[in-house]
Amino acid sequence: MTPALETQGLIKTFGGLTATRDLSLQVARGARHALIGPNGAGKTTVINLLTGVLRPNNGRILLEGTDITALPAHKRALMGLSRTFQINQLFADLTPLETIALAVSEQRGEGMRWWSSLVNDASAAAEVEALLQRFHLADVMNVRTATLPYGKQRLLEIALAIAAKPRVLLLDEPAAGVPEAERHDILAAVASLPREVSVLLIEHDMDLVFSFADRISVLVNGALFVEGPPNEVARDPRVKAVYLGEATDA
Amino acid sequence: MPWHERTGIAASIADLSRWRWGEMLFWTLALMAILLFPNRYLILTEIAWLALFVLSLDLILGYAGIISLGHAAFFGVGAYVAGLLALHHYIDEPVLALLVAGVAAMALGFVTSFLVMRGADLTRLMVTLGIALLLRELANRFSNITGGFDGLQGIVMAPVLGMFEFDLFGKTSFIYCLVVLFVMFLLARRIVHSPFGLSLRAIRNNPLRAAAIGIPVNRRLIAIYTIAAFYAGIAGGLSTQCTALASLDVFSFERSADLLLVLVIGGTGYLYGGLIGAVGFKLLQDALATWTPQYWQFWIGLILIILVMIGRERLQRWIAWGPERIKRMFDKSGTAAAAREKSS
Repeated sequence: MTPALETQGLIKTFGGLTATRDLSLQVARGARHALIGPNGAGKTTVINLLTGVLRPNNGRILLEGTDITALPAHKRALMGLSRTFQINQLFADLTPLETIALAVSEQRGEGMRWWSSLVNDASAAAEVEALLQRFHLADVMNVRTATLPYGKQRLLEIALAIAAKPRVLLLDEPAAGVPEAERHDILAAVASLPREVSVLLIEHDMDLVFSFADRISVLVNGALFVEGPPNEVARDPRVKAVYLGEATDA
Repeated sequence: MPWHERTGIAASIADLSRWRWGEMLFWTLALMAILLFPNRYLILTEIAWLALFVLSLDLILGYAGIISLGHAAFFGVGAYVAGLLALHHYIDEPVLALLVAGVAAMALGFVTSFLVMRGADLTRLMVTLGIALLLRELANRFSNITGGFDGLQGIVMAPVLGMFEFDLFGKTSFIYCLVVLFVMFLLARRIVHSPFGLSLRAIRNNPLRAAAIGIPVNRRLIAIYTIAAFYAGIAGGLSTQCTALASLDVFSFERSADLLLVLVIGGTGYLYGGLIGAVGFKLLQDALATWTPQYWQFWIGLILIILVMIGRERLQRWIAWGPERIKRMFDKSGTAAAAREKSS
């Protein structure tokens, strides 16, 4: 079976700096795959390459076997590649209700419709409602996003990515900066993602990585360093060295 | 589904585009102006087409976040097309001529939108400014068509829809402008509450994320820029039809700059900002001009400087106190805020 997401020999340079070195990565269908690595390893660059925010200098990106290397970001999203952002990228002036309703109508291909009001059929409304309920946003659905507590914004960040009905979901540090009290909701939301969605998780929090992932890739200096199931990666002396090395630097 | 059957989320969504009482009040007052101020039709007419022009800028700036210093380009094209159609009797009926004027401006809007898509705010300011200057000089160069500095003269307007003669007091003009403004407003209201309109607000807020949920950002911006050009063209056409005059100053930088000023006075992104701003600006201008006919611009300038020197932060708190209250009467955030106040 073709992998859900695959990169072949991906290279990205910024001036003289090589951020991604000949990266070939496969995310299997239905996988819970984690991409970890020390600070500056180039994890976010990889996400930006995958989603089309950045263009690689070389290499290919395949989504379920289809070459998407040359496609713009919005086309990739419509093909089922969705992402969350490490730092919230939300629509500050919109409410969660508007945000989710917008994502649902875009996903249904109604985004160019200007003659009718938003979400005017029952199944779309049900979809919006289900998302708001599932991500604990129903009680704040009419509050401007900018004024939401951080934890709620983080939930909206994930809900928005899910509203696009992804086949592959890229989670960029979903729990980053969330206060302890609100962490539970986020972790539960991540854990309850539907099984048919393949997930690539980028995370610093090792507890989350090891409780969530069934496969881990370690990125160092933009290149794939080690890959394997969690228990193997955890035992790997080279991985320990990389992380300990980072710890002594800090 | 009829709205009364909607429950839960569907009702909440329908509520987003519900008519607020402030809106009804506004249009009732506008309608009553016909009866209340029979000897102020001239300024009322100016307010009406200016309001439509500002509404056009609000569509791109307030909703899509595209800043422009050359919106007069589309106003001017509309003004000249309407003038030429009437002068040479190509199309005598004003409403039809107005539509043609709008479409001409729209075509220009579509073509130039590709230039405006490139770059950030400063680039956009320069490009839009450049396009307006360019058109002004073209109009100047082809003075055999445009009448150059003297403008198009001797325009005689045929009755609206073949029935309503333009009268000396400007009553027909005002009612005509008001009806056009209202129809165009209804259309704009429909647009901003549609999925398309919401996607524009999303793009203004965060184009990166908008693309990440599948919104083709540039295509949407091109669409609204083209629509806004149509609006500006209609506004320009109205101004020609109601004054029976079109001259080079339709393209002037001052017109574009005033437009931005009026919109900022009224507030962006809720449609009524343009309308309220137009009323406020024209009345202020009129009052100052009566009080000190030669130096009224001094006071406009002074007021502007004071507003700016006070600082954006404080300015928003002081000035916005009024508009924010007004805005709440029109805007759903008002009901949301009211609901929050009630629940707390």
